[in-house]
Amino acid sequence: MKFIKIAAAALVAASCIAGVALAHGYKIGALEIGHPWTRATAPGAKVGAGYMKIKNTGTETDRLIAGSSAIAGHVEIHEMAMTNGVMIMREVKGGIEIPAGATVELKPGGYHVMFMDLTGQIKEGEKVKGTLRFEKAGSIEVEFAAEKIGAGSMNHSGHDAAKKP
Amino acid sequence: MVAALAAAIGFLAVQRLAPSANVAEPVPIGGPFRLTSEAGKPITDADLLGKPFALYFGFTRCPDVCPTSMADVAVLLQRLGPLAADFRVYFVSVDPERDTAALLAEYTDAFDPRIVGLTGTPDEIAAIAKVYRAYYRKVPTSQGDYTMDHTATIYLMDAQGRFAATIAYQEAADTALAKLRRLLGPE
Ligand SMILES: [Cu+2]
Repeated sequence: MKFIKIAAAALVAASCIAGVALAHGYKIGALEIGHPWTRATAPGAKVGAGYMKIKNTGTETDRLIAGSSAIAGHVEIHEMAMTNGVMIMREVKGGIEIPAGATVELKPGGYHVMFMDLTGQIKEGEKVKGTLRFEKAGSIEVEFAAEKIGAGSMNHSGHDAAKKP
Repeated sequence: MVAALAAAIGFLAVQRLAPSANVAEPVPIGGPFRLTSEAGKPITDADLLGKPFALYFGFTRCPDVCPTSMADVAVLLQRLGPLAADFRVYFVSVDPERDTAALLAEYTDAFDPRIVGLTGTPDEIAAIAKVYRAYYRKVPTSQGDYTMDHTATIYLMDAQGRFAATIAYQEAADTALAKLRRLLGPE
């Protein structure tokens, strides 16, 4: 039993290290963009979602107002929610507000940049290039790390933030 | 903004979608339908009689809930082993305009071949959603595109086509597995 516990602890430690090693980030103006990621898509699926953390180290509110990517016909800024078993998704009019001093996370079940009309399948392990446009900080090119198809779901450990407590 | 909308839709959904209210007694969920299978052939509720099955409403242009739910289902099917050899999970498209039979076949097979896509005419989809008390709605986006709001619950149905249980979005895997074992296990 003890061995199993130690092995489990080692596994957890190993995955944490892997997580750190995989993390990547960007800086533009007062904004820090942490680990943009997306999921591999099923063949035939024409959409994907991009997630990341955005920290505003400045003194003024900024907004993520648009995006683009060569793999998508167009990119929209969305918010989704689950209520009583119903998934609803809406475009965020005016973009996602990043208040001064705050960190806003785009994550499964909430804000995301949505890749519409994908030109091809996103494969696990790929780096999907995209551009994010902020109202004040301007535009920046980032890479979305493509995780496995069900990353962030109940059986997978892709992202802790995506899991329910 | 979305939160207020969610509350409004949630209210509506509660009225239409009994499973989310966790009602224990048998409720009239499920019933007759007529659709087109991913193989392009007609399929009705009568074709499913004799074996338990699961049913889910979704669409292939769903970025988050549908692919993660189907990935979860695939893992559950694997964990069930031989018990789920003949089990089928029907993925009913709420976007029949775009989700053709061939597209659904390709999409669902990426998760597990036991997940079977179903599509139909808008009227046929409306009819099955009605008997399953599922909610869906087309929502236009600014660039001439659209998305779909939809019930994201997995319905578990017994061999007589009667409602047995639901698996909620991101329900704990072990709870979901227990429900499936109960559905599929010996009487
Ligand atoms: Cu979206």
